[in-house]
Amino acid sequence: MMRFILPFIVFVVLAGFLYVGLNLDPREVPSPLIGKPAPAFNLPQLHDPAKTFSPQEMKGKVWLLNVWASWCVSCKEEHPVLVQLSRQNIVPIYGLDYKDKRVDAEMTLNGGGDPYTVTVSDTDGRIGIDYGVYGVPETYVIDKQGIIQYKQIGPVTHRSLNETILPLVAKLEKQP
Amino acid sequence: MKGLFVLLLCLIPLFVYADEAKDLATDPVLEKRMIGLAENLRCLVCQNESLASSHAELAEDLRREVREQMSKGKSDKEIIDYLVARYGDFVLYQPPMKSYTILLWFGPFALLLAGVGLLLFQLRKRRQTLAEVELSAEAQQRAAALLNNEKDNQA
Repeated sequence: MMRFILPFIVFVVLAGFLYVGLNLDPREVPSPLIGKPAPAFNLPQLHDPAKTFSPQEMKGKVWLLNVWASWCVSCKEEHPVLVQLSRQNIVPIYGLDYKDKRVDAEMTLNGGGDPYTVTVSDTDGRIGIDYGVYGVPETYVIDKQGIIQYKQIGPVTHRSLNETILPLVAKLEKQP
Repeated sequence: MKGLFVLLLCLIPLFVYADEAKDLATDPVLEKRMIGLAENLRCLVCQNESLASSHAELAEDLRREVREQMSKGKSDKEIIDYLVARYGDFVLYQPPMKSYTILLWFGPFALLLAGVGLLLFQLRKRRQTLAEVELSAEAQQRAAALLNNEKDNQA
């Protein structure tokens, strides 16, 4: 009897591991920045390069930092979702235009609507490195203390908004 | 006159000198050190490529960053810490020894030990079942009779 049970157990355990493995995405690298303060920067605004924006100004507010670019295909998929979210006035969205040309970025926002309260230009991608960006789009949920609470890798979808991001924002809003 | 012209034409290739695209670094020693470090780091975009060999834009940016930090006099460890703080242990091809990587580091040895243990156990069991059994005189006779019988039948 043991002759059959033992291989069967081995099979079940292995199949279990493989099944879990099927649902893991190796492209999603957990960010070490979660629970840490959002890295500081001071970058020129896209629409008005004379003005700058720094995360420091957002102390006391829950906000989203969306890393995007006009050359990024998945960003186009995400864009309408963000535009819709911005109309609901639930949480301010700030954009980090990653390694992009100003003209292209403005053209994208003029065409599809501008969901961002402010967009800043990270032309050489240095701030992207500070945030551990390795593929656009990426979206960070930052709390009132300026701590990164969540990082969405890949486009924001209605599903990820409703299941993860918005409940988290609501929870963070209640915190001091 | 024609000969001179041909001679001049032959000289043209000497002015055409092709070279690989120059990277930002002008210091070959620093470049070598950067490549040495980057070979042990993973590119996050093409995950099976090292930071040294990847052509992804992010890899280029990170190489630039490493180069700049090296020229500022940062040690290899400081640079690795800088990258790990941003991208996590994932950038390291050699995972660090931590509480949650114990299984990774020692799992194979544990499996090997378990295998050796199982093998020894099975061998011992086998030896026991194969141990010679002393036959009583009566049983010997019966066996001999049976064997003889068989010979008779065959004959």
